[in-house]
Amino acid sequence: MTGAAPGRAAPPPGARPDAAGAPWPLLLGVRHHGPGSARAVRAALDACGPDAVLIEGPPEGDALVGFAAEEGMRPPVALLAHAVGDPGQAAFWPLAEFSPEWVAIRWALSRGVPVRFIDLPAANSLAMADRTDERTDERTSDRTDGRTDEDPRPDPAGRLRVDPLGMLAETAGYDDPERWWEDVVEHRGVGNGAPGGLGAPGGIGAAADPDAAVGSDLAGAVAPFAALGEAMAALRAEYGHGGHEHDAVREAHMRLRLREARREFGDRVAVVCGAWHVPALAGRTTATADRGLLKGLPKVRAELSWVPWTHRRLARHSGYGAGIASPGWYSHLFHAEDRPLERWMTKVAGLLRAEDFAVSSAHVIEAVRLAETLAAVRGRPLAGLAETTDAVRAVLCEGSDVPLAIVHDRLVVGDVLGEVPEAAPAAPLQRDLARTQRSLRLKPEALERELELDLRKETDAARSRLLHRLRLLGVDWGTPAASRGSTGTFRETWRLRWEPELSVRVAEAGVWGTTVLSAATARAEAKAVDATALGEVTELAERCLLAALPDALPVVMRALADRAALDADVGHLAQALPALVRSVRYGDVRGTDTAALAEVAMGLAERVLVGLPPACFGLDADGAAEMRGHLEAVHQAVGLLAEIRPGGAERGPSAPPDTGALADAERAEAGLGGADGAGRVVTAGGGERAGAGPADAGCPDGAGGAEGAGNAGGSAEAGGGERVEAGSGGGERGAADAGDGLRGRWGAVLRSLAGADGVSGLIRGRAARLLLDDGRLAEGEAARLMGLVLSPGTAPAEAASWIEGFVGGGAGGGMLLVHDERLLGLLDRWLTGVPAEAFTDVLPLLRRTFAAYDAGVRRTLGELVRRGPAPADGPRPAGGPAAPGFGPGLDEDRAAAVVPVVRLLLGLDHSHVGHDNHHNHHNRASEVAG
Amino acid sequence: MPVPSADETAETAETAGTAGAAGTAGAAETAGGEALRPHAEDAFADELKALAAADDRPRPARWRLSPWAVATYLLGGTLPDGTVITPKYVGPRRIVEVAVTTLATDRALLLLGVPGTAKTWVSEHLAAAISGDSTLLVQGTAGTPEEAIRYGWNYARLLAHGPSREALVPSPVMRAMAGGMTARVEELTRIPADVQDTLITVLSEKTLPIPELGEEVQAVRGFNLIATANDRDRGVNELSSALRRRFNTVVLPLPATAEEEVDIVARRVAQLGRSLDLPAVPEGVAEIRRVVTVFRELRGGTTEDGRTKLKSPSGTLSTAEAISVVTGGLALAAHFGDGVLRAGDVAAGILGAVVRDPAADRVIWQEYLETVVRERDGWKDFYRACREVGA
Repeated sequence: MTGAAPGRAAPPPGARPDAAGAPWPLLLGVRHHGPGSARAVRAALDACGPDAVLIEGPPEGDALVGFAAEEGMRPPVALLAHAVGDPGQAAFWPLAEFSPEWVAIRWALSRGVPVRFIDLPAANSLAMADRTDERTDERTSDRTDGRTDEDPRPDPAGRLRVDPLGMLAETAGYDDPERWWEDVVEHRGVGNGAPGGLGAPGGIGAAADPDAAVGSDLAGAVAPFAALGEAMAALRAEYGHGGHEHDAVREAHMRLRLREARREFGDRVAVVCGAWHVPALAGRTTATADRGLLKGLPKVRAELSWVPWTHRRLARHSGYGAGIASPGWYSHLFHAEDRPLERWMTKVAGLLRAEDFAVSSAHVIEAVRLAETLAAVRGRPLAGLAETTDAVRAVLCEGSDVPLAIVHDRLVVGDVLGEVPEAAPAAPLQRDLARTQRSLRLKPEALERELELDLRKETDAARSRLLHRLRLLGVDWGTPAASRGSTGTFRETWRLRWEPELSVRVAEAGVWGTTVLSAATARAEAKAVDATALGEVTELAERCLLAALPDALPVVMRALADRAALDADVGHLAQALPALVRSVRYGDVRGTDTAALAEVAMGLAERVLVGLPPACFGLDADGAAEMRGHLEAVHQAVGLLAEIRPGGAERGPSAPPDTGALADAERAEAGLGGADGAGRVVTAGGGERAGAGPADAGCPDGAGGAEGAGNAGGSAEAGGGERVEAGSGGGERGAADAGDGLRGRWGAVLRSLAGADGVSGLIRGRAARLLLDDGRLAEGEAARLMGLVLSPGTAPAEAASWIEGFVGGGAGGGMLLVHDERLLGLLDRWLTGVPAEAFTDVLPLLRRTFAAYDAGVRRTLGELVRRGPAPADGPRPAGGPAAPGFGPGLDEDRAAAVVPVVRLLLGLDHSHVGHDNHHNHHNRASEVAG
Repeated sequence: MPVPSADETAETAETAGTAGAAGTAGAAETAGGEALRPHAEDAFADELKALAAADDRPRPARWRLSPWAVATYLLGGTLPDGTVITPKYVGPRRIVEVAVTTLATDRALLLLGVPGTAKTWVSEHLAAAISGDSTLLVQGTAGTPEEAIRYGWNYARLLAHGPSREALVPSPVMRAMAGGMTARVEELTRIPADVQDTLITVLSEKTLPIPELGEEVQAVRGFNLIATANDRDRGVNELSSALRRRFNTVVLPLPATAEEEVDIVARRVAQLGRSLDLPAVPEGVAEIRRVVTVFRELRGGTTEDGRTKLKSPSGTLSTAEAISVVTGGLALAAHFGDGVLRAGDVAAGILGAVVRDPAADRVIWQEYLETVVRERDGWKDFYRACREVGA
C-alpha cells in the first residue's frame, strides 16, 4: 500500500552518500537465513562501518540483544515473544549462525555499535495475530512464517501471497525461486573471484559484479544490495503489498524507528531487513502518516526471551519452520572458506563411512565431477544442493535412497542444538509451570514427600496430569509410587521431590513449547515418531492418556498403527495388544475420547488374529510356553475389546443391512466354516444352533439373530428349569457369533488351534480350555478333544503338555477336574495306560501341572481318584441329557428350587437378560391376548 | 509419470527382445523398410537430425548431440524451428539429466529397476542419441561367455593363418571402444560374476588387452557403456564392489500414480488380448483398477489413502505382473465365465503373484485382506473371491 516506492536507481531518495560513496542509511535487504546474504551483510558492514545497526525484529528485544555476545550463547537460537499470562500465545524469531541478522548483531556487538530492533513491537503483533486468527498453534507458526517474507506460502485464508522471489526467478527463467536465489545471491562466495570460481554470472548479482570488480571495496560490498533493492522496488510497484497486509503497518513502524535512530546516531545507520521491505524503507513518507497507520493497534503485554533452537526446527517441515529446508547445507556454505563442493562431498563420505557404507576417495572424486557437470548441463553457475544430492545418490549411494536419507537427516538438515546463557531471562515454559504450580497449590520442595491423589477430584486430577506431563518432558519431579491401601483406579500415589537440576531440565524442555501442555504434546509426538519398538509406542499411548494429551494422540496412534503393520513378530503384537486395550478402557474411565485408540486396537487385534495361528507351529517347549502366555493375553484383550466396542448385535439395527450385519453374519459363517475345515468341531448344542441358524441363513438383520436366540433362551427357561442354562447360554453364544465379529473370529482361531496337528500340545490344550471357559465348546466336545489327545496314538509327553495347557495354571484348572468327572476319568484312564518307560518322561510335566493346585483341590482330586472312576459314558435317563460332568438321574425338581437363588446371586433379574425376559413376558402376554 | 505410453511396449523388448513395436510415434516411419521393430536411431531419425541442427551447445568428443540436446530428445520438447520432439521417457527430469551427465563424465551408467521400468528403452535411446547407434549390444544371460564382452576368434582363419587381427571377432564392446561409441550391456546381473569382471579393465583402464597378439585396443574418446540390471529378482549375480564403483547408478522408479499405471495395464492388456484372440471385455477397467490398486498398495507398503501401513511381500509385483494377472483373468472370463471380468477371475492370479513365499507372504496377504480389503466399500465381492481362493 504505502511502501511501494516507484522504481528508481540507487541511491534511494533521502539517502545521503557520504564522502566514501556509501548511501546512508545503508539498506541491506536480505533473505532471512541466507548464507550468501549473511556474507554480503558482513562485507557491507565491514566496508561501511555504520554507527548503529537496525534489525528487523521486535523492539522489545533491544534489552536482550546483549546476551547475543555472551559466551554461553550459541546459535541456532530464537527470540521468543509471548503474551504475559498466556504463554501459548507466542511468536518466534529464529536465528542461525548463517542468518544475516545474527551476523549483523554479532558484528555490532563486537564493535560496541548499538543494535536496535525496528519491526512492529511483539506486543502489537501478538495481539493482531490473536485478533485476526483463531487461537491455534498454527497461528504462532504462521506468525513466524510471516517473517520470512520471501517464503511462498498460502496465508491462513488460503490466498496465495505474491511471492517476490518467485517473480524475479520467473523473469530470470528459473522455475524454482529457491534455486534462483541460490544461484544469484547465495553462491556469491566471499568477495569476488573466490577460489573455485564462486562468482555468480547471470541475474542481478552479475549486474552488480562488474561494479564490484572495478570499484572500491565499499561500492562492491553495497552494490548487490542496491541492485536487489531496485528489483524489489520494481516488483512492489507492480504488486503493491502483494498480500502481506500487515506489512504496511510494520513498515510504518520500521520507518519511524529508522527516523528515531537517525536523530540519535546521525545518518550513518545500517538496516538489515527482508529484501521485500527495502523499497518501503527507502520511500518518502511523513512521520505523521506513519504514526497515523500505527494508531489504535491492539496490544497485549508481551515478554521476550532467548530460547535454544535446533536446525531441525529451522527446516521447513517441522514445527515453527523458518522456511529453509537445508540449514545444514547453508551452514556448510557459510563456513566453508573455499571449495564448498569438495568439502561437502568429503563430509558426506565421512558420514557414510561412519555408517558402514564403503565409500572411497575415488567415489568422492567422481561425485564432485558428476555434480559439477550436472550443474553445467542444467546451466547453473555452481552445483547447488539439488546437483549435489543427485551426485551423492548416483555415486556414493549407488542409487539407493536409504543412505541418502541419512545424509539428508544428518548433514543437509543437521543435528545442531543451540544454547542460551543461563543469565538470560526465564523461558515461558518455566513461568507456565510456576503458575500452574501456584494454581494447583503444589509447591516445589527439595524434601521428598508422598502425595495421594483422588482422581475424582478436579484439582487432584489436574495435579496428576501435570506430573504425568512433566514426566513426559523428562522433568521427573514426581515418580509414581505403589498405592497403599485402596487399589481403585481413581487413586494415584506420587513421590515428589524437586531437585535443582530439574530447573535446567525445564529450561531444556523449552525447546518443545511454551506451556507444559504444548511442550508435552510436542515431545510425545516426537517420541512417537522416533520410537523403534512397538512396545515403546503403546507405552507412550498410555502415558498420553494419563497426561491428557488429546492432541498428541493422533500422531501416537498413527505411529502405533504403522509399527504394528510392519512388525512381523506376532509376539510383539500380542504383547502390545493388552496394554492398548487397557488404555482404551482406562480412557473410557477418564472420559477421554478413545475412538481412535479403539480403532487402532481393533486393527492390532485383526493382525494378531491373522498372524497367531501360523506362529504357533513348530515351537519348542519354551517358545510354546511363551506363546501360551500370548494366547491368554490376547484372549482377555479380545474379550475386553469386544465389550468396549459392541458389535453388530447393538449396531445392527442402525447399520445398513448389507454392510454391518450381513458382513458379521458372513464372518460368523466363515468362522464356523474354518472350524469345520480344521476338522474336529462337530455338532453344536441346540441353543447354539438356534443362535447360529439365522446367522447362517444370512439374515439381513443381525439383531434379529440375536433376538431370536434370546427368545429361544427365554422360552427354554419357561419350559423347564434344567434347560435354562443350555438355552440362555446358546442365546448368548448366538448373539456373540452373529453380532460380534471379532469375538467370533477369535473363537474360530482358537478352534483351529485346538485341532491343529503340529502345534504344541500346550497351546492346543490352552486353546481348548479357553474355548470351554467361554462356553464355545459344544457339550461333550471337551471330552472328545481330551480323549483324542489322550488316545494311544499320541506320544505321552505331548499328551502331558496338552494336559498342562488344558488344566494347568492355577486353581481353576483343578476345579474343572473336580467337577467334571468324565474328564478326570479320561485322565485317570490315560495315566494308568502310560507305559512304564514313558512314565518317567511324563511325570515332571504332570507334577508341574498338579503342583499349582490348591491343597484342597489336590486332596479332593485324590479322593475322587481313590473312589474310582465314575461311569464316564453311562446310559442317560430319558428325562434329558445330563450336564457335562454330572452323573445321570438328575432330580429336576430339586435342581429347580435352587434357580431363584442363583438368579438373585447373579443379579440376572436386573440385567439385560432380565430385560429380555421381560420382553418375552410381553410377547407371551400379547400372544394370550391375541 | 515414469513409464510413458511408449515404455510399456518397450517392456516387451526388454523381455522378449523382439516384437512389441517401438511405440506409436516412430513405428510408421521405419527407415529400415519392413523391419518389425526399427532401431531407435532409425525410427526417430528426423527428430535426431532436427536436434543436431538446432544444437549449438558444446558436445563431448564424438557425441552426436550435446548433453542438453540428448536430455531434450528423451524428455521431449519443442525446438526453436518448431520441430516437436516426442517424449521418449515421461518421468522425473532429474533422472534423465543425471544419466546423460554421467555419460558425459565418461563414467559408466548403470540403470537399475524392477522389470517394466523402461530401463532398456532408456538405454537404447541414450545410445541412439549420443552415438547414433544403439546396436552395440551385449545381452546378458546366465550363459553369456567372456567372448561376448571381449573378443572371439574366427576359427577357420585362426587355423589357416594363425592368430592375427583378421582372425579376431570383436565384441560389441570392443567395437564401441575402437570407434568411440556407446556400448550397451543388458541384464548385467544375469551374467556370471567372472564374466562380469571382464568389464573392470574396460571401464577403469579403458583398454582391452589381446594377449594372444600382444596388442591391445584402447578406447577412443567418446566410448562409454550403459548397463541395465534388475535389482529385485532372485538368482542374480551381485556386482562385485570393484565393478560397482565404476558405475554411476540411476534407479528408474515405478509409475508414480495409479492412473498412469491403470492406463499402462489397460492398454497393454488390450494389445495382448487382441493377439491372443480374446473377445473384447466391457467394464474391465474397474477390475483392472482394483488389480493395480492391490499391486501398488502391497508394493509400496501403504494404502492409497496413505492411512495404513502394510507389509510388502517378497515378489516384485511389477506392472508387468499386473498385466499378466489381468490377461489371465480375461482368459478365464472369456472361456469359462460370462465374458465379464469379475473379481473371481483375477483373485487366483493375484494370489499367485503376491504369495511367492508360501509361509511369509501368505500371512501378509491375509493381513491385507482382513485389514484393508474387508473394510473397503464396494470390495465385498473381491474380498469374498479372495477368501474362496485362499482357503
